[in-house]
Amino acid sequence: MNVHVSTLDEKTRSSLAIESHSETEEYFINMGPQHPSTHGVLRLILKLDGETVREVIPVLGYIHRSIEKISEYSTYRQIVHLTDRMDYLSAIMNNWAVARTVEKAAEIETNERIESIRTIVSELERIHSHQLGWGVLGMDMGAFTPFLYGFRDREMITDILEETIGARLTMNYIQPGGVMFDIHPDFVRKVKEYLAYFKPKLDEYEDLLSGNPILQQRLRNVGIMDAETALSMGATGPVLRASRVPYDLRKIEPYGMYGEVEFRVAIGTAGDCWDRYYVRIEEMRQSMRIIEQLIDNIPEGKFLLKKPAAKLTIPEGRHYSQIETARGVLGFYIVSEGKETPYRAYFRTPNFHNLWSLTAMAPGGRVGDLVAIISSLDLVIPDIDR
Amino acid sequence: MESEELFQYIASLEAAARPSEKPSDLPTIEVPPEHFLSLMQQLREDPRLYFNMLQVHTAVDWVKKGIFELLYQLYSTKDRQSLRVLVELPRENPVIASVCSIWRIAEWQEREVYDFFGVLYEGHPDLRRLFLEDDWKGFPMRKDYEDDFMLEPGQ
Repeated sequence: MNVHVSTLDEKTRSSLAIESHSETEEYFINMGPQHPSTHGVLRLILKLDGETVREVIPVLGYIHRSIEKISEYSTYRQIVHLTDRMDYLSAIMNNWAVARTVEKAAEIETNERIESIRTIVSELERIHSHQLGWGVLGMDMGAFTPFLYGFRDREMITDILEETIGARLTMNYIQPGGVMFDIHPDFVRKVKEYLAYFKPKLDEYEDLLSGNPILQQRLRNVGIMDAETALSMGATGPVLRASRVPYDLRKIEPYGMYGEVEFRVAIGTAGDCWDRYYVRIEEMRQSMRIIEQLIDNIPEGKFLLKKPAAKLTIPEGRHYSQIETARGVLGFYIVSEGKETPYRAYFRTPNFHNLWSLTAMAPGGRVGDLVAIISSLDLVIPDIDR
Repeated sequence: MESEELFQYIASLEAAARPSEKPSDLPTIEVPPEHFLSLMQQLREDPRLYFNMLQVHTAVDWVKKGIFELLYQLYSTKDRQSLRVLVELPRENPVIASVCSIWRIAEWQEREVYDFFGVLYEGHPDLRRLFLEDDWKGFPMRKDYEDDFMLEPGQ
């Protein structure tokens, strides 16, 4: 059997050789690795016909840090501290994915206080991630104000989390067997104040951006992806839900306190950029609803049930569990030989899989539409490269 | 479906697919490489199974046994059922059929596995490195990989 391995050079050459259906000449242009609308070091090679995108070739690896290889030499507690460098806007949720896999595999117990705190901080993070996504989308569409509004409100959440966790961006908080620190005495009061503050602000967001006819024209009927394609392309999170698939792990396989609280899963109808934008707006509302139900009833108890000094081993075998981060399904797969370090650790990251759907959505649209599509995917590049 | 029922049903579709005895936290089947593609096609298309998401695809290098273990984790949004499919390949000549035509995400995932493990996918439309440069030597996630920049573990 002979399998041919090609190169990027060969790929672009062969792509150009395909006979074009128009009389114009097609050409390639590099978008990135440093480009304001790719939100990081992502390089896209665009095959263009005039202003129309014919093909998108993503080129990755500009921020690859081999987190999986490092994990093979790290204990399970050390791995937690690598995960917040993947999707830095879902840092706590990434911690949780590792903690959940390890807890399930090693049968470590937690209590209701721990699960409540985890759920609240995760939902706070989901809100601040979507706020940034909302602001950046506005900026990509040519409106600078939303970015400032989004950042202003996001800063207040980072302030609240900083008091408890001690970091503003790469937060390490959840670990196997509990959380690293107890919540700050002011935490409950400040979260409640924040919710009271942000609820009217979210309506203001809608007035500012959602109702804007220019934004609607830029987003509606752009980058349409139907449910079948979205599932086949491996999309998850708001990207999949915007395509009318109500797949949300918080509902389907409830973890933390999600089984105890009431909330709705936001889904779109058309699967276009507008739906992906609006699903996130609605998710912010639902996250606030979840926090409201939990914040007054955080049970008493310990915040950490397993001593950090205790040896932590996982029984031999294959262990997997997944959680819903702000961008989709983050899965953590461990192959263990019963030692303190994993034999193989694999992160199924949401952005890596979501990026691929770009190649299905972009062809046929204009370069300006491509910017809208990338923005509606809300990518975090370090999470793609790991 | 319960795991037993699921295994029996899959065995009725493809006799070579057997429940795995390896420790695993999900319903797991093993299949020899030569029956792999037909099994995967049936898992996707059979109306009772309908695994429409390929959630995870990765590999594990069992260097002492001389094999690569490929993992395909499927999910059906219809029945909310998960299934793990394991395939063993010899390390010397790791070639397997590509499942790109069944799940489009496989094209991306298989390129990652090629990049890090050097597993070759027959029928892949665009098999090349994903994260590393085209002229990179070796496959870094293999357990016996070595290059000049590596630190000894524990240093």
